[in-house]
Amino acid sequence: MSLNRRQFLQSSAGVVGVATVGSLSGCATQAPAVTGKKGRPKVVVVGAGFGGATCARYIKMWEPHIEVTVIEPNDKFVSCPTSNDVLAGYRKMDDITFGYNNLQGIVDSWVKDSMSAIDTEKKVITTAGGKKIPYDRVVLAGGVELLFNTVKGYDAEAQKTVMHAWKAGPQTATLRAQLEAMPDGGVFVMSVPMAPYRCPPGPYERASLVASYFKKAKPKSKIIILDGNQDIASKKGLFLAAWKKHYGHGTPAAMIDYRPNNMPSSVNAKTRVVGTEFDEVKGDVINVVPKMKAAEICGMANVRRGTDGKEGPWCPVDFRTYESKFVPGVHIIGDSTLSNYPKSGSMANNMAKVCAASICEMCNGRDPVEVPVVANTCYSATTDHTAIHVAAVFRYNEKDKNGNKIPGGEMVAQTLPKGGLSTEETEIEHAYMDGWAKNVWADTLAL
Amino acid sequence: MKKTFALSVLALGLSAGLVSSTFAATPDARLRQMAANCGYCHGTDGHSRGGIPDINNLPREYFVNQMKAFKDGSRPATVMHQHAAGYTDSEFEAFARYFATR
Ligand SMILES: Cc1cc2nc3c(=O)[nH]c(=O)nc-3n(C[C@H](O)[C@H](O)[C@H](O)COP(=O)(O)OP(=O)(O)OC[C@H]3O[C@@H](n4cnc5c(N)ncnc54)[C@H](O)[C@@H]3O)c2cc1C
Ligand code: HEC
Repeated sequence: MSLNRRQFLQSSAGVVGVATVGSLSGCATQAPAVTGKKGRPKVVVVGAGFGGATCARYIKMWEPHIEVTVIEPNDKFVSCPTSNDVLAGYRKMDDITFGYNNLQGIVDSWVKDSMSAIDTEKKVITTAGGKKIPYDRVVLAGGVELLFNTVKGYDAEAQKTVMHAWKAGPQTATLRAQLEAMPDGGVFVMSVPMAPYRCPPGPYERASLVASYFKKAKPKSKIIILDGNQDIASKKGLFLAAWKKHYGHGTPAAMIDYRPNNMPSSVNAKTRVVGTEFDEVKGDVINVVPKMKAAEICGMANVRRGTDGKEGPWCPVDFRTYESKFVPGVHIIGDSTLSNYPKSGSMANNMAKVCAASICEMCNGRDPVEVPVVANTCYSATTDHTAIHVAAVFRYNEKDKNGNKIPGGEMVAQTLPKGGLSTEETEIEHAYMDGWAKNVWADTLAL
Repeated sequence: MKKTFALSVLALGLSAGLVSSTFAATPDARLRQMAANCGYCHGTDGHSRGGIPDINNLPREYFVNQMKAFKDGSRPATVMHQHAAGYTDSEFEAFARYFATR
C-alpha cells in the first residue's frame, strides 16, 4: 500500500525539525518539494558496485512506488571478487564483467555520470556532466578512495605502469599482462596496505593464486609480500598451511617471502623499486596497494568523520538505517562505512539490504528495521581447485552494559564455531566459492 | 506500536507454531531483511544459480530441523554450522516460513 504525496508528507511532518538523525525521520527529512514524479518519494543511489546496485534493486523489489535513480559512471560492473583468478589465468576478464541492463530496467532512471558535488541541505546532487538531481534520501555507495599520496613517487605518471588492481577493471587486465610477460626467475613484489582496507584476506589470496600460476608457468619465480601490518590479518593459519603444502613455505625453495611491518613508503616506476622504512626492494613486476579511506563522494557530503564528528577517514552510521550519524538524509553503505565489519562484497550486499529495508519502512512512515542481523563470508582460493573461508554474524545491540542507549547502536559479532574459519582448505569449498560468486553477482545485479 | 507488536507476536507466536499471516498487510521488514541475508550465497529468495543448494520451497519442518542440526553439529557442514550459530530457534522458524513460499 503506497502513500500519496500528502499522506507521505504528513507522516513525516511530525518529525520535521527534530535534530537527531535516524529513527523516525521519514523519507523526506526536511521535505522541500523535490521528490519524485507524482509525489512519490525519491531515493538516489550513487555508485552501482556491490552495495549500491543491491540497494537499488531491493528498494524496487520491496517498495516499487519509491522512485529510484542510480548514478554510476562505468558502463559495466567488474567484480573484485575472483579478480585474483584473472591474475592467475584461471578466469578471463569477461568472466568477471557484467552488464547493468537488468538493473537499468528495474530502476526509474539511470544516470551514466559521476557525482561531483552535493548540497545536503537543499538535497540536490550535481554531476560532472552538469546535471542537478534532487533527492529525499541519498545512498552513497562509492567504495574506497586510494590514497596514492601516502606513497612517495606514486603519481599519475607512475600509476600508468604500477598497478594496484584493488579496483577491478583495466588495472586487473594490465597486471595480468605484466605477470604473463615476466620472465621465469622474475620477482613479483606486492604490498598490503595498513588496515582497515578493502578485503582483508584479498592480498594473501592474491599471493596464493599468483604462486599457483608461477608454479606451473614459471617455477623459478618468487613473490615478495611487503605487509604494512604486523601480521597476516585474516585466515593466517589457513594461508600458511596452504603456502607450506603447495608453495614450499618454510623451506629454502619457498616461493612466497612474507615480510610484515614493511609499509611501502616510496615507489620508483622506472627502476621498479619499492621503498620501505628498512629496505629497497626491486621487482620485475610491482603491485602497490596504497592506504585507503571512504570514497570521495563521502568527502563531498561531509560524512567522512570520526565518532566524535570531527573529520575522519570513514563514515559513522546508524546501524538500523545506515544513515550518517551527522548528516540527515545521507546513507552510506559498503566499504565506506565505519564499522567492525570486514570490508567485503558480501557485507556491502548485506548492508544494502538493511538500508533498503529501513528506507522502505521510513518512506511509509514506519520505524526502521528493528534488531537487524548481517552476516559476512569471505571465501579465498588457495590454488586453482581449493579454497577456505571466514564467516561472521553481527547482531544489532542498542544498550551498553549500564543500560544506556548507544547512539546509532552497535553490531555485535556472535560467537561462531572455530571462529568462523574453515578447518582446512578443501575442493568442495572451491565449488561453493564459485556458487557464492554466481549468486552474489545475480543477487546484486538482478541477473 | 504496530510494528513492535507484530514482532513480539512473531517471536512468541512462532515457537508455539502459530502463523502471523494476519499481519500480512504490513510486510515484516525485519524478516525479509534477515532472510535476504542468506541470498548472497543461496541466491535471491533462495533460488540458487548453482554450487550452493536452493533453500526455497523446502518443507518447513525439514528446514527448521536442518538449521538446528547445523547449529548443534549433528549435520556436518562446511559453513552452515557457523551461520546457524548466529541465529535463534525462533528465527529458524521464521526463515522456514519465509522461504517455504518463495
Ligand atoms: C582483489 C580483491 C578481491 C576481493 N574478493 C572478495 C571476495 O572474495 N569476497 C568479498 O565479499 N569481497 C571481496 N572483495 C571486496 C569487495 O570487492 C568490496 O568490499 C566491494 O566491492 C565493496 O562494495 P562497495 O559497494 O562499497 O564498493 P564498489 O563495489 O567498489 O562500488 C563503488 C561504485 O561506486 C562508483 N563510484 C565511485 N565514485 C563515484 C561517483 N563520484 N559518482 C558515481 N559513482 C561513483 C564506482 O564506479 C563503483 O561502481 C575483494 C576486493 C579485492 C580488491
Ligand atoms: C557462505 C554462504 C552461505 C550463507 C551466507 C548461507 N548459507 Fe545455507 N548453505 C550453504 C552451504 C555451502 C550449504 C551446504 C552445507 C554446508 O556445507 O555448509 C548450505 C545449506 C543450507 C541448508 C540445507 C539445505 C538442504 O537442502 O538441506 C539450509 C536450510 C540453509 N543452508 C539455510 C540458510 C539460511 C536460512 C541462511 C541465512 C541465515 C543461509 N543458509 C546462509 C552456504 C551458505
